[in-house]
Amino acid sequence: MAEPEPQDQPIEDSAEQTAPSETEIDLREAYDASGVGELLRELDEELIGLGPVKKRIRETAALLLVEQARKRLGLAHDTPTLHMSFTGNPGTGKTTVAMKMADLLHRLGYIRTSQLVTVTRDDLVGQYIGHTAPKTKEILKKAMGGVLFIDEAYYLYRPENERDYGQEAIEILLQVMENQRDDLVVILAGYTERMDRFFESNPGFRSRIAHHIDFPDYSNDELLAIAEKMLKQQNYQLSETGRTALADYVGRRRLQPHFANARSIRNALDRARLRQANRLFDSAKGPLGAEELSTLEASDIRASRVFDIATREEDEEPA
Amino acid sequence: MRVTQGAFSFLPDLTDDQIAAQVNYCIANGWAVSLEFTDDPHPRNTYWEMWGHPMFDSNDPAAVIYELNECRKAYGHLYIRLSAFDSTHGWESVKLSFIVNRPKEEPGFMLERQESRGRTMRYQTRTYATGKPEGERYQT
Repeated sequence: MAEPEPQDQPIEDSAEQTAPSETEIDLREAYDASGVGELLRELDEELIGLGPVKKRIRETAALLLVEQARKRLGLAHDTPTLHMSFTGNPGTGKTTVAMKMADLLHRLGYIRTSQLVTVTRDDLVGQYIGHTAPKTKEILKKAMGGVLFIDEAYYLYRPENERDYGQEAIEILLQVMENQRDDLVVILAGYTERMDRFFESNPGFRSRIAHHIDFPDYSNDELLAIAEKMLKQQNYQLSETGRTALADYVGRRRLQPHFANARSIRNALDRARLRQANRLFDSAKGPLGAEELSTLEASDIRASRVFDIATREEDEEPA
Repeated sequence: MRVTQGAFSFLPDLTDDQIAAQVNYCIANGWAVSLEFTDDPHPRNTYWEMWGHPMFDSNDPAAVIYELNECRKAYGHLYIRLSAFDSTHGWESVKLSFIVNRPKEEPGFMLERQESRGRTMRYQTRTYATGKPEGERYQT
C-alpha cells in the first residue's frame, strides 16, 4: 500500500507510525501542501484586528505542522491537546474564529472533518434524572471527528443549585476530553469574567485546556473598518459625511451600556438601512439609481438614539 | 464452527481500524449505522437486539467505535453486528451488514434429519448454544 497522506486517511495513522520512510521533511513544503498558508491569509484579510488571537492561531498551526513532521520521521510524538477556551466580551468574533479554527485543524489533519457543532447548556443538560448522560453523549457523538463549540460554557455549572444536572454533563465532557483527544476538540467560549469564575470552580477543566485565548475589544478604527466591510458585503456604501457620522457613532455607542462590539455595529447598520429605506420612500420623487439605493447618508446614522442621549447630557452639563 | 453471516465473514475478523474505515464508507454514502447483538445466530434469526438507536446524526467513525466498545463491555461474549441503513427513497433497506464481535467459542449448528412420508427427508439446523436458556448461552 502506498504511503497515505496523513490528512486524508487518519485511520491509517497507526500503521504509518511503525514505518517511517522519510528522513527529511521540508517544513515549507508541508506548509504549502496543507493549504494552511492560504487559510491564515484569509484569516488576516477577513478578520479585522484580533492581533493576539491571530498570533495564537499561527503558533498553533506551527506546532501542528512540526508534530506532523515529527510523526512522519518516526520521532516520538504525543498528540498535542488542543482543547481551547475563547474568552472575550460579546461580539469579539469568538464564534467566527472557532469556525476558522475547525477549518485549520482539519487542513492540518488533526481532525477528520471541518464540522463545527455549536451547543449551549440546553443541548447538553437534561431535564430529569438520567436524561443528561444520554443527551450529552449524543451531542459528543455528533461532534466527533470535528470541533465541539460550547457557547457560554459557564452556564453548565450552577453552584446555587446543588442538584443541578450540569455537573453530570461536565463530568462526561471531561472524560471524553481526556480519553478521546484524537477524536474531538472542545472549544469553550464565554465572557471573560464568568469564564474565569467557571474555571476556578472546575479545576478539571482548566488543566485539560491547554490554550486559553483572550479576545480583546475592538478599537474604534477597527469597528469602523468592520462596518465598512459588512456594508460592502451587502453592496452598500457610506457617503463621505456618513462615514464621519458612523465614526462618531462608534465612539458614542461604546460609552453606552450593553455595548457588544461588532454585534452592536451590525445592529446599528441594520437600523441605518431601515432609515435609509424610509428616507428614500419619503423623499424620492423620480426613479432611483443604484447609487442612491446603496448609499447611507449621515442623516441615516445621526437619527440614532445614541446621539440623542449624548446631546441631552451635553445640554444638561452646563446647567 | 465459525459463523459466516453478512459481509467479510470469510475474512479474518476486522480490526477496529478496519471497521472504522468501513463505517467511514457508509457515512460517506449517507447511510445510518447501527449496532445489534444476539445470542442466537441462526441464519433465519433476522431480528437481533438493537444497541441504542441507529446513529443518524453521527458523521464520524469515532462515535460508532465508541458505541461499539460500550456494547462490547456489556455483551462482549455475544455476537454483535454493524448494519448500515440506506434511507434513500426506493431503497430503504440495509446496504451493508457485518459481524464485528463474536463469542470465543462458537459451538456451531446441529443438522437434524427427519424422515417424513415416503422417503422424503426434512432438514433443520439448530444452534447448539440455544440449547441453554437465554442469558446462559456463550458463558465460559
